Amino acid sequence: MDITLKVNGTPHAVDVDPRMSLLDLLRERLGLIGAKKGCDHGQCGACTVLIDGRRANACLALAVAVDGSEVTTVEGLAEGDDLHPLQAAFIEHDAFQCGYCTPGQLCSAVAMLGEPGPSAVTGDLALDPELTPEEIRERMSGNLCRCGAYVNIVKAIAEAAL
Amino acid sequence: MKRFEYARAGSPSDAVRRFRPGTMYLGGGTNLVDLMRLGVAEPDLLVDVSRLPLDVIEPVGDRLRVGAAVRNTDLAADPLVRTHYPMLARAVLAGASGQVRNMATVAGNLLQRTRCAYFQDVSRPCNKRRPGSGCPAIEGDHGNLAVLGASGACVATHPSDMAVALAALDAEVHVTGPGGDRIIPMPGLHRLPGEEPERDTVLEPGDLITAVELPASPPGASAYRKVRERASFAFALVSIAASLDVGSDGVVSDCRIALGSVAHVPWRAERAERLLIGGPATGAAFLEAAEAELDQARPLPRNAYKLPLARNLIVATLEELAP
Amino acid sequence: MNRVEGRVKVTGLATYAAEYPVEAVAYAYPVQSLVAKGRIAGVHDAAAREMPGVLAVLSCEDPPRLAEDADAELALFQSRDVAYRGQIVAAVVAGTYENARAAAAAVRVEYDPDDHDVALRSGHPGFYRPDVVNPDYPADTVKGDVEAGLDVAAASVDVTYSTPVLHNNPMEPHAALAVWDPEGRLLVYDSTQGTSPDRDTIARTLGLPREDVRVVSRHVGGGFGSKGSTRPHAVLAALAARAAGRPVKVALTRHQMFDVTGYRTPTIQRLRLGADAGGRLTAVEHVAYEQSSTLIEFAEQTATPARVMYATPALRTAHRLVRLDVATPSWMRAPGECPGMYALESAMDELACALGMDPVELRVVNDADAEPEGGLPFSSRNLVMCLREGARRFGWRHRDPEPGVRREGEWLVGTGVAASTYPARRRPASAFAFVRDGDYVIQVAAADIGTGARTALVRIAADALGVPPGQVHVELGDSDLPEAPVAGGSMGTASWGSAVVRACEELKRGDGKEGRADTTGEVGNDARLARHAFGAQFAEVRVSSVTGEIRVPRLLGVFAAGRIVDPELARSQFIGGMTMGLGMALMEETLTDEEFGGFLRRDLAQYHVPACADVPHVEAVWLDEQDGELNPMGSKGIGEIGIVGTAAAIGNAVHHATGHRLRDLPMTPVKILSRF
Repeated sequence: MDITLKVNGTPHAVDVDPRMSLLDLLRERLGLIGAKKGCDHGQCGACTVLIDGRRANACLALAVAVDGSEVTTVEGLAEGDDLHPLQAAFIEHDAFQCGYCTPGQLCSAVAMLGEPGPSAVTGDLALDPELTPEEIRERMSGNLCRCGAYVNIVKAIAEAAL
Repeated sequence: MKRFEYARAGSPSDAVRRFRPGTMYLGGGTNLVDLMRLGVAEPDLLVDVSRLPLDVIEPVGDRLRVGAAVRNTDLAADPLVRTHYPMLARAVLAGASGQVRNMATVAGNLLQRTRCAYFQDVSRPCNKRRPGSGCPAIEGDHGNLAVLGASGACVATHPSDMAVALAALDAEVHVTGPGGDRIIPMPGLHRLPGEEPERDTVLEPGDLITAVELPASPPGASAYRKVRERASFAFALVSIAASLDVGSDGVVSDCRIALGSVAHVPWRAERAERLLIGGPATGAAFLEAAEAELDQARPLPRNAYKLPLARNLIVATLEELAP
Repeated sequence: MNRVEGRVKVTGLATYAAEYPVEAVAYAYPVQSLVAKGRIAGVHDAAAREMPGVLAVLSCEDPPRLAEDADAELALFQSRDVAYRGQIVAAVVAGTYENARAAAAAVRVEYDPDDHDVALRSGHPGFYRPDVVNPDYPADTVKGDVEAGLDVAAASVDVTYSTPVLHNNPMEPHAALAVWDPEGRLLVYDSTQGTSPDRDTIARTLGLPREDVRVVSRHVGGGFGSKGSTRPHAVLAALAARAAGRPVKVALTRHQMFDVTGYRTPTIQRLRLGADAGGRLTAVEHVAYEQSSTLIEFAEQTATPARVMYATPALRTAHRLVRLDVATPSWMRAPGECPGMYALESAMDELACALGMDPVELRVVNDADAEPEGGLPFSSRNLVMCLREGARRFGWRHRDPEPGVRREGEWLVGTGVAASTYPARRRPASAFAFVRDGDYVIQVAAADIGTGARTALVRIAADALGVPPGQVHVELGDSDLPEAPVAGGSMGTASWGSAVVRACEELKRGDGKEGRADTTGEVGNDARLARHAFGAQFAEVRVSSVTGEIRVPRLLGVFAAGRIVDPELARSQFIGGMTMGLGMALMEETLTDEEFGGFLRRDLAQYHVPACADVPHVEAVWLDEQDGELNPMGSKGIGEIGIVGTAAAIGNAVHHATGHRLRDLPMTPVKILSRF
């Protein structure tokens, strides 16, 4: 099926197998390897990208179903040579080891910082909570890191959120 | 994944019109695409209903109408939901991850399928997936499966958090389908497995959920609590949605209790509620009600822990809600 | 100094095995056995071959030629015998991933099944004593008289612990991309912890001279041992590419990883400890029961840490193995030490309770001045300092030893301690240092699986050369580079670093342009000493009396691991290991399916690894340890010791919080609730 979508600002028109995920489209057809395949079932977050500005698991999105969308991957976070503040903070805080979950962590964090509303650990639902380390941990729990860089990831996000 | 055709519905009626045997509606895809990749779901035609204009949350009198395509994130972040139905907001936020909640819809959340390991593995038998093939969970891995309302054919649980809150809130599920429009009160959308575990719900082929309507929120305080060994991003071992209203005389005037991850349905603890309403709001009464409810349970060797867990949860949650 | 590859990793440009852009690539998808034991009666692939885009089907019906002595887990399609459920029995190659996967689902394999036996259990009649345990330790050791030691003990414990099947679950699923050139040479982009040994194994399996095989693995998305030996996906990619006449990619699914990329054996461990009234051990006995496959004997060295840890006049260690119809277990972070120290350090806590003695002090009074089993002197041993420093930082002296008495609302609070240890070894390696455009280039076929090897080697070379790190460039992850051992056994930096230092010294000694080194001779001449890193871990836990949920608000590790090459990398390694140890303690478990064979819960929604919310506070510090008997850097490996002892510290804290001793990992709400 023919679909069009914009990835990191660049329009693409592609003919896709309806079975193809957005993740496989990015990785196997568009040469954008930043979004990672860690589980292919929405259980690890390594494939996290922004679809129309919201973080989503690219493995669970059929490419045909995101026809017409704007997608941002980790490759689209930096402005030229200038890293996104989160990218810089991840380097500075050693917030990754093997790096395989990192693109998903970054996309997730970028979107998370703009997400309104409470989380599962928010005390008073009526108020938009402050982004405490506890809030960051809960909101970032959809991104698994097997190297165990969580404490550094939280520090990096907290710093970049300031 | 088996080959299929994909079409995008222009309207709810267009979606229903396109329905033929082998068709499935695609919402956020967070469970359906997952199951298709596993070979558990094998639609011939996917009708994408995720972009239908069913993504609105609006007050209707003293009720709140939530469109079927509202994303879980938006439901939990909605000011009216947060203020008037905090139990629902908390239930939604307890489920899955930020990413999944961004994709998943209200209808999709209701219609998600069990996470029983056998159901999800096409190389093993499962009566729900392949009727008549057997239920290996009963002798095997049923550690997180049903203790209430299960049958000899199936001990699956419904995995949703949101549905537990909706069951406690007496929500109504609005459906359109080949047979016209109808309203299904919660709990009641989901069914016990009986001899037909392949049927999760009372929906008929072609039925499409268009909205969920919430009656005025129950009086008193409410809570949603989920138990899991991983602190986040995990299905419940047991969860509870509860509300409690106690008059100045210390008598319980209203009480709602629904349990998650204990049955094939979000389990409304009606027996416990009946015992509590009109009685004292004491720890002893809560315990008696919990035990009466769980008296109906038929646990298996490896999920019997859910009984003390559910009992403790009911008592502790009600004690917290009591004035 | 930040990680030298940090920028490519945060911008998404770091290339992992399945991601190399190759023209006309095809995809292979495995078909896995549905029986745990039996013979393949027939592979019916006609329907699959008719499906769109299918290029080839591989199976035992037309076996590709492999070396006769190929490793049994890698000898794909050579036999009709099935050794475990999930074994790769066929594969489909197609032009797209979707078509390959759909066609693989259409291959029908007919089996003559046999009864299988997949469950490790106490008293299994098949237990036997292996000749050696990994890598080459005696299976059993005896010193003194354990029974006599227990007889004279003022207090003793006789306890049995068990640990489940654990899966490494690196975030990057195992993948390989194989490209044959017209001359019959093979290039494999593989996710591997060592390109040199991977190259050797692939060449040997395919019957090729090793000169004709090249393995490239510049970035690896974690391994934790599971990429330490060649896995079947790499052989499959090579065979499929040959069959299809095109480059072929094999990227295992998360589910398939559970079946064919190794796992930590489950263990049953019996510990008998005795001590006199002062706490001095009178006897230690550690017997470990574990499993391997019918294909290969893999004998985890679970009881070996007891040979290292504590002074005792009587010490017996033993390993018993049973061969089941299961996949072959393999390396997982701190094989041996990790499960073994869980049991030993839990039993030490039980002994401390039996003695009414502080568990830190119990370990201190039993510190050994030579290796308890062989009597070898230690090159350095600072366990006591780690315990003392940890106790100070953790606030241990305020601890009330009484279990089950601290309550905050519904939460029971407790603290626990355990020791850590891991061997400090090195292996021969080679390296080449040379000048290019005024900078220094270091080549070594090392692997950076997330450890920060590139960065550490830059530092090591810069130190050796006396130049700023910015002037040093390290090239690794390619078997065409000077031969190097695997990133495993916490030996990577010690082994590669030794060669890099020697190459740099050679460069400086010679013309200043280049230097080569091979440390085979040097490593062979290392003095006979007991070389181990040590550590102490402290945990605080909160256990809900309502739900049995266990949360770990605080973990502290103090380590003595020689000179720390790079503080930031070291800290990340330690806390990463401790985080994985938290998972082992509280949630990680793969179930064996006794009815059908194979594993259940083969995905990340069912096999829980810790999420961000589980890990609020993990701190790692280290002592400044001088040890001149290790290697030119004076370093001990740090990749594994972090996971050793964590589960015991948490379990001991759970006991302190609740008064209940859980001896079966993981410690879940289910098990806690059964005690309340």
